[in-house]
Amino acid sequence: MNDIVSVIDYGVGNLFSVQKALEHCGATVRLVSSPEDLKHATKVLLPGVGAFADAMRQLNASGMDEAIKAYVASGAPLFGICLGMQLLLDSSHEFGHSEGLGLIPGTVELITARGLSGQPIKVPHIGWSSLVMPPTRSSWEGTVLETVETRNSAVYFVHSYMAVPSVAEHRVADCQYGDTAVAAVVARDNVCGAQFHPEKSGRVGLSMLRSFVTAR
Amino acid sequence: MSNTRLIARLDVKGPNLIKGIHLEGLRIIGSPNEHALSYYEQGIDELIYMDCVASLYGRNSLGELIRKTAENVFIPMTVGGGVRSVEDVANLLRCGADKVAVNTAAVGNPGLVSEIARRFGSQCMVLSIEAKRVAPDRWEVFTDNGRESTGLDVVEWARKGASLGAGEILLTSVDQEGTRKGFDLELVQTVTETVGIPVIASGGMGSAQHAVDVVGTGADAVAMADILHYKRAALADIRNDVSAAGIRVRMYE
Repeated sequence: MNDIVSVIDYGVGNLFSVQKALEHCGATVRLVSSPEDLKHATKVLLPGVGAFADAMRQLNASGMDEAIKAYVASGAPLFGICLGMQLLLDSSHEFGHSEGLGLIPGTVELITARGLSGQPIKVPHIGWSSLVMPPTRSSWEGTVLETVETRNSAVYFVHSYMAVPSVAEHRVADCQYGDTAVAAVVARDNVCGAQFHPEKSGRVGLSMLRSFVTAR
Repeated sequence: MSNTRLIARLDVKGPNLIKGIHLEGLRIIGSPNEHALSYYEQGIDELIYMDCVASLYGRNSLGELIRKTAENVFIPMTVGGGVRSVEDVANLLRCGADKVAVNTAAVGNPGLVSEIARRFGSQCMVLSIEAKRVAPDRWEVFTDNGRESTGLDVVEWARKGASLGAGEILLTSVDQEGTRKGFDLELVQTVTETVGIPVIASGGMGSAQHAVDVVGTGADAVAMADILHYKRAALADIRNDVSAAGIRVRMYE
């Protein structure tokens, strides 16, 4: 039997590519939009493109925010992508202050990177950047990146804000953007998130999604 | 820093991948899907699909093509040609596109750029500019695949587009397009010095050296068509040559 991944559909962004990529990795995809749907879920993916506050409003309005927290408390895996990763944190400073899901301690901040010689650098950060191991880590074993090699790890980013976890150990991978180490993959227990788009990152992205789909 | 992106541009007419010179005299190359998949497997960083005759006929037919491509191609896809409304964009994104490129409709209604950026984010709104040189240091904006002049100055329009919320500029030199004689370097340099958003240089790529030259003028990404479609060079060789010239590109093994 195929692994079933429940993808949360809350009206933001295009789910088609995520769905196709998960199916490519052997998953059966179920789009879910009500708290009821999460009760029997065994693997959940939180996608997202757009503004943090709008997305949280959508999740709050449907009661999905509490349902996600209850799901996570059950110990089953949750994977957030892009904005879906940023929502895992405590709060965001995008257009004022908004509360997040609070599953990973930290905040979401505007990228204020400078170039290596101090010049301003383009925001949004768009394009392929390589993943690097943060200083607190010696391997990616046991994470969604366990099949990824650092020398061949460029993945596709498009974002203006970045997650800043307050616990260094929650950073699984960074990418260097100008003078700033941007959190690329964050994780805490059964919750993890990727700032980039694995569904748009070719073979490297697919190998991550496959790790998530096939994890036991 | 992000790597410099190498992008395959696929101009499409009906069911066919086509290629012209100066965006005219279109020749049929083959199946867009087969070419897209092949470029993906060779490690291209992004795809751009352009419906060449969409504006002319007032249609928008790329949805199905994108949907099919999204089944087995997992890299960013930009779609342009005949995008006229927020609804058109929503439809293309639902089909698996990540960004839309807007030219003709944006010239007619600059507010559309802001509407798209507000609704879907700037990263999704690519301003497509077809530029023709009209004086040694002046370029004019053309629409409808290089057929209609607008009187707009390219640099002014690029600046305005960025301020309206465009997240990227696809800058096509109509003069160089399909010639394999290299990019219009002055054009790209002038625009990249003017705007703070990424610029994709398009039109004229005939060798890896041309890509090296245009990145030197500030281009963030290089679009190629002819050189790939006619297999004049292998993508892996282009990537290696560009990398050997000191430009950071995504390594793909």
